[in-house]
Amino acid sequence: MSILVIAEHDNAELKGATLNTIAAAKAIGGDIDVLVAGSGCGAVGEAAAKVAGVSKVLVADSAIYEHQLAENVAKLVADLGKNYSHVLAPATTTGKNMLPRAAALLDVQPISDIIAVESPDTFKRPIYAGNVIATVQSSDAIKVASVRATAFDPVAAEGGSAAVESVSAADDAAVSKFVGEELAESDRPELTAARVVISGGRGMQNGENFELLYKVADKLGAAVGASRAAVDAGFVPNDMQVGQTGKIVAPDLYIAVGISGAIQHLAGMKDSKVIVAINKDEEAPIFSVADYGLVADLFDAVPELETKL
Amino acid sequence: MKVLVAVKRVVDYNVKVRPKADGTDVDTANVKMSINPFCEIAVEEAVRLKEKGVVSEIVAVSMGPKQCQEQIRTALALGADRGIQVETDAELQPLAVAKCLKALVEKEEPQLVILGKQSIDGDNNQTGQMLAALTGMGQGTFASEVNVEEGSVKVTREVDGGLQTVELSLPAVVTTDLRLNEPRYASLPNIMKAKKKPLDTTTPDELGVDIAPRTKTLKVEPPAERQAGIKVADVAELVEKLKSEAKVI
Ligand SMILES: Cc1cc2nc3c(=O)[nH]c(=O)nc-3n(C[C@H](O)[C@H](O)[C@H](O)COP(=O)(O)OP(=O)(O)OC[C@H]3O[C@@H](n4cnc5c(N)ncnc54)[C@H](O)[C@@H]3O)c2cc1C
Ligand SMILES: Cc1cc2nc3c(=O)[nH]c(=O)nc-3n(C[C@H](O)[C@H](O)[C@H](O)COP(=O)(O)OP(=O)(O)OC[C@H]3O[C@@H](n4cnc5c(N)ncnc54)[C@H](O)[C@@H]3O)c2cc1C
Repeated sequence: MSILVIAEHDNAELKGATLNTIAAAKAIGGDIDVLVAGSGCGAVGEAAAKVAGVSKVLVADSAIYEHQLAENVAKLVADLGKNYSHVLAPATTTGKNMLPRAAALLDVQPISDIIAVESPDTFKRPIYAGNVIATVQSSDAIKVASVRATAFDPVAAEGGSAAVESVSAADDAAVSKFVGEELAESDRPELTAARVVISGGRGMQNGENFELLYKVADKLGAAVGASRAAVDAGFVPNDMQVGQTGKIVAPDLYIAVGISGAIQHLAGMKDSKVIVAINKDEEAPIFSVADYGLVADLFDAVPELETKL
Repeated sequence: MKVLVAVKRVVDYNVKVRPKADGTDVDTANVKMSINPFCEIAVEEAVRLKEKGVVSEIVAVSMGPKQCQEQIRTALALGADRGIQVETDAELQPLAVAKCLKALVEKEEPQLVILGKQSIDGDNNQTGQMLAALTGMGQGTFASEVNVEEGSVKVTREVDGGLQTVELSLPAVVTTDLRLNEPRYASLPNIMKAKKKPLDTTTPDELGVDIAPRTKTLKVEPPAERQAGIKVADVAELVEKLKSEAKVI
């Protein structure tokens, strides 16, 4: 067996989700190659070569891959993927955008968001907002799957010495162009990689009140997340949404503040090691998954929490 | 221009689905079915484009058993002009849905195909991307803003780091995210009118599509249960427990 893992990166740095994806590849077994498609991404290729357990790094360095346009990257992945038994990518928005496109070009039905490897052709994945775990077997010749990072412990970023090979770019699909981006700037850890996450919901009432959570976050080195209701109401930007249709997190500690605990929200955080809920309604469903529940007004409890930390 | 919108019949988002006791499938007997929320957003976007004068005709498509005509009628009540049902009682996987949609795209020649980013039952998040691949179109997935221009469409996408905007040449595929719009409710007169709008039926066979499944669900099971926790009396106790019992701070 031979597995092609698609690296997640920003042309400068290899992103952590790649290490979790390589861990899933290890669970399948076989040679693991990593594809770095980008522009001016040599340093990423070098970093990938150091990752424990990687046999070979393929670097496709071309301007057409600068912004990870799915139309272009999928073509390359489909071309290279023909030579492998498995193609894996992290289930990030980049992976979810590109991988099904590559799979369709290979005439393969991909498997989204795997959380366990049962055998080389059989995987577990959550469906119905995580209320059900399905065990799915693929009969396609090439298995294409996206990997839920929180379900696999990352492999070591150091210790390997893989060969780096450059591969030529596929043709420019020329149907899409990058126009611009607005990326959230933050000194806090990235939501999906943070050890502690504190999230606010509709109970926060407005965006200014999130300042209360930022203060606690800074004391704990935590990332700040939100429910869909808080994002829809415009309190905070979309990249902070945790849940079935937002980001999946599984930190050591998750603190839910003013969040009721709808199944769509739980889908994104219920695999956290320790869950704390602060809510003034003692009947709120969030308490059914919380290890420690505090029935209190958040406007009293959160400032007090900050001073006691 | 013409828009094709894909709408899927799914278990309503308020229903907590459980696996059947024998683990062969999920128990969907007698549960409320609805149009997938992301598909509702897709229909709304098409209707808004029509109201702006950008779009002239909206065709709503659904695939599945006879009952998915209900979801097509919902789309018609929201403002779609006609419907197409691809009828089958067999299990449909995203690759098969994408192939059926491709066949319809070749027939209908829409300039834009709008789908939900994911359906809340299968949670696959694949169909739009696969349709785009099979037709060679550009894809604007997870859209929070769609602006149709001369020969192209600009799509702002919700990505992990924030927002990204891409420009796609038409025809193109767009998949909707939550913030694209807030769907309207269908009015009673529009629900009545929808009953008279045309709804054609075809089959995967007629479209020449092989829908044989490529994956098999061996088992479904409930997720691991969390152990019930405790209520703490105050913030001081909470901090104490997190430090000495849970040891996470
Ligand atoms: C297709 C679809 C996808 C979805 N995807 C997601 C998703 O990915 N993520 C997500 O989060 N949701 C998602 N949702 C939405 C979800 O169903 C809920 O509507 C949402 O999670 C509710 O957010 P909330 O808990 O902040 O708000 P509410 O349910 O309104 O809860 C607010 C809570 O705050 C408490 N509160 C209020 N004031 C105070 C106070 N002063 N002190 C303490 N507590 C207070 C209240 O008691 C209440 O429990 C989705 C829904 C659909 C239909
Ligand atoms: C255990 C299990 C058993 C199942 N058994 C059956 C079965 O017996 N029969 C069956 O029909 N399904 C069955 N399904 C459901 C089916 O496998 C998935 O729903 C299917 O794979 C489609 O994936 P998706 O909708 O999540 O795709 P996604 O890629 O998440 O869908 C995205 C978008 O594509 C469009 N779309 C997707 N499907 C359709 C459609 N049918 N019509 C119109 N637009 C569509 C919509 O716009 C939707 O928002 C089963 C699922 C499970 C988990």
